[in-house]
Amino acid sequence: MDRLTNVMTLFSAVLICFVLLSVRRAHIRVEYSVSWLLAAMVLLIFSQWRALQERIAAAIGLQNAPLAVLMVAGAVFLIVLYRFSLIISRLKDSNIALMQRVAILEFRLTALDQKSSTRS
Amino acid sequence: MKLLILIPAFNEEGSIVGVIKEVHDVMPGVPVLVVDDCSEDATRSLAAAAGAGVLPMPFHLGLGGCVQAGYRLAYELGYDYVVRVDGDGQHNPKYIPKIVETLQREGCEMVIGSRFVNGAGEHTGLLRALGIVFFRFMLRPILGKTVHDPTSGFVGVNRTALALFSKSFPLEYPEIEALVVLQRKRFRFVEVPVVMRPRRAGRSTITALRSLYYPVHVLLGVFVNVLKFEGRRK
Repeated sequence: MDRLTNVMTLFSAVLICFVLLSVRRAHIRVEYSVSWLLAAMVLLIFSQWRALQERIAAAIGLQNAPLAVLMVAGAVFLIVLYRFSLIISRLKDSNIALMQRVAILEFRLTALDQKSSTRS
Repeated sequence: MKLLILIPAFNEEGSIVGVIKEVHDVMPGVPVLVVDDCSEDATRSLAAAAGAGVLPMPFHLGLGGCVQAGYRLAYELGYDYVVRVDGDGQHNPKYIPKIVETLQREGCEMVIGSRFVNGAGEHTGLLRALGIVFFRFMLRPILGKTVHDPTSGFVGVNRTALALFSKSFPLEYPEIEALVVLQRKRFRFVEVPVVMRPRRAGRSTITALRSLYYPVHVLLGVFVNVLKFEGRRK
């Protein structure tokens, strides 16, 4: 089971590197990288903190402490995904309102053009 | 009284001209607005050539977003009543005067053209008919009365409903959820009997796969709206 915690440590470190690289290349905006960095840091620390693993494993009734790492990893990423669902929903609402506004403005502009060309 | 006829359309080049012409015949002088949901065919140009105003959506928004854009424009332009007629020819414009007259006489916020009030629901597929019966019974306790045809898009609204729908309108399958949105505000709606026709051309956007997703989405939407309502009552 130590191998599992080591894999999680490696995974977290790689995730942090990927996220930082993506931020550097402006593929991810800084405010959206924070969730991933926090999640990866939590996993990194937790995967190497044996005492904390044992406490959580005991609290949730798991026989093997490293399995708690998997549970926590799942929970952390679910929270991150939930946060991004909120962001995507808000973006979609904004996009729809923006598209409707653009269409309405285009309609009114065309009507104004037609009116002015009729006058002249 | 300022009245607007709103026609949401997506790839309806086979029917849009006929629908606009019929509306003009029944309601001469009443402006017609086609909300083109980024059609890939000639819907937009045909509608403009047929004498309708065209509200061109820059991207495909889906029925609810498209209808809401039309409601928003109508509200901004000061219209008192808007009647929505689908661009596929299923809604017979000869019922528009009855819908408008009912809106004025009853003073309600919405009038629904219903194929089940007096009729037997002609030109309704088996699956849709089953869905209508299901939602009719499901909505009964929520709305406090029976709506015979909750999926009908042949509706008229007054300015009060326009103000509400400009701000809050369901985006994907709007008809049923819109009823719950109205109910949350204690607005009134009544049904008038109409006879629907088969679609003239094109294909429905509700495919076999989507018809499975439709009830799930609508149920969730209704549930969310009911929860919002409960929250506001506190």
